[in-house]
Amino acid sequence: MTLRLEIVTPERLAYSDDVDMVLVPGIEGELGILPHHTPLASLLGMGELRFRKDGLEEAFAIVGGFVQVRPDKVVVMAETASLAAEIDLEKAQEARRQAQRALETGFHEGADLSAARAELQRTLLHIRVAERHRREGPRARS
Amino acid sequence: MPSQREIRRRIGSARNIKQITRAMQFVAASKLRRAQEATLASRPYREKLDEVIADLAAVMSGEDHPLLEGRDLAQPHNRLMVVMTSDRGLAGALNTNTIRFALREIVDHTGDLKVVTVGRKGRDAMRRSRVPIAAHFEGFGDRPAFTDTLPLARLVTDDFVAGTYDRVDVVYSRFISTLTQKPVLEQLLPVVPAADTEGIPGNQFLFEPNPDEVLRALLPRYVATRLFQAVLESKASEESSRMVAMKNATENAEELIEDLTLSYNKVRQANITREMVEIASGASAR
Repeated sequence: MTLRLEIVTPERLAYSDDVDMVLVPGIEGELGILPHHTPLASLLGMGELRFRKDGLEEAFAIVGGFVQVRPDKVVVMAETASLAAEIDLEKAQEARRQAQRALETGFHEGADLSAARAELQRTLLHIRVAERHRREGPRARS
Repeated sequence: MPSQREIRRRIGSARNIKQITRAMQFVAASKLRRAQEATLASRPYREKLDEVIADLAAVMSGEDHPLLEGRDLAQPHNRLMVVMTSDRGLAGALNTNTIRFALREIVDHTGDLKVVTVGRKGRDAMRRSRVPIAAHFEGFGDRPAFTDTLPLARLVTDDFVAGTYDRVDVVYSRFISTLTQKPVLEQLLPVVPAADTEGIPGNQFLFEPNPDEVLRALLPRYVATRLFQAVLESKASEESSRMVAMKNATENAEELIEDLTLSYNKVRQANITREMVEIASGASAR
């Protein structure tokens, strides 16, 4: 029994495939979704979306998301979605340093402080997701 | 009859122009492909969001969000119009058509109206027509990103919620095919949810934390998405229109070169004949 997972962003269809199970960062805690879930629509926090397919686990870093769950299908809409394996750790760390510098100096070109803070959180998330992926890799789980 | 040298000079400049227009045609063609892909790639998100908003609208008893709130549009009201054009010209009649379309709408409106222009061409035209410009955006580049449109979306929603405007529209050029682009006007605010027809009816969904908060989070994103799509459509229209315009220009240059070459040969022939006659008459005079 599988579940269709679709991840869409305004810029692209980031993922679309049949998976066994999805864990999404719901706004009130992590939600695990298996096939035949009751229809649900929830806001998502900034965080890590994990899913299991053929015994392998993979992850996406999700920002600004929303999930719609149907018995046979899970659709995640997010402002950005990056596959853990595709996040460039060096680049993310550079982005974090930049965001931190921007916050310390209180200056961020063309944007305000809250944008800098959001950017920092986003890069921290990317680093966390990418590091975990690097550490553990796509693992086999029963 | 212009001199041989004069014609040769004109052939030279027509050739140069042809080279440039041909290069622009190919550049536009490759940018068009990218813009078209981006437009297609953005559609699933928009469709999904449409569906969820429709689900939500079915659940919520009515107008309990400021972005959904209908206002009396029969009376003279304040309008804001987002007019999207390209930054650069040489794109055929595209910008002219969009601007003319927008101006017709502006003239027909009774009551206050301001525009937000996206793209340099639109700003210049609105300035010439003395339409008050509330804000101007440009430089989204060849690959517009979703985040580029967020400031525009924020501005528009804030002003609508504050009551500065009763209605916000967006005018852009919809990309139908490489040969056809059509200026369209779409109402952006207040948001009109689509009918809840697709999939599972909204009332069977469990909304977390609750429908109200979900709607509150999604509506601004919905507005941004609509604007982002309009930007992408405009971009695809711009490149396809430029490609066709440059293709025509290249063909015209070719035709011109042919005509000029013909008259060049005629002049050359006439000169040779004249010289021959002169030599012949000179020889017989002796």
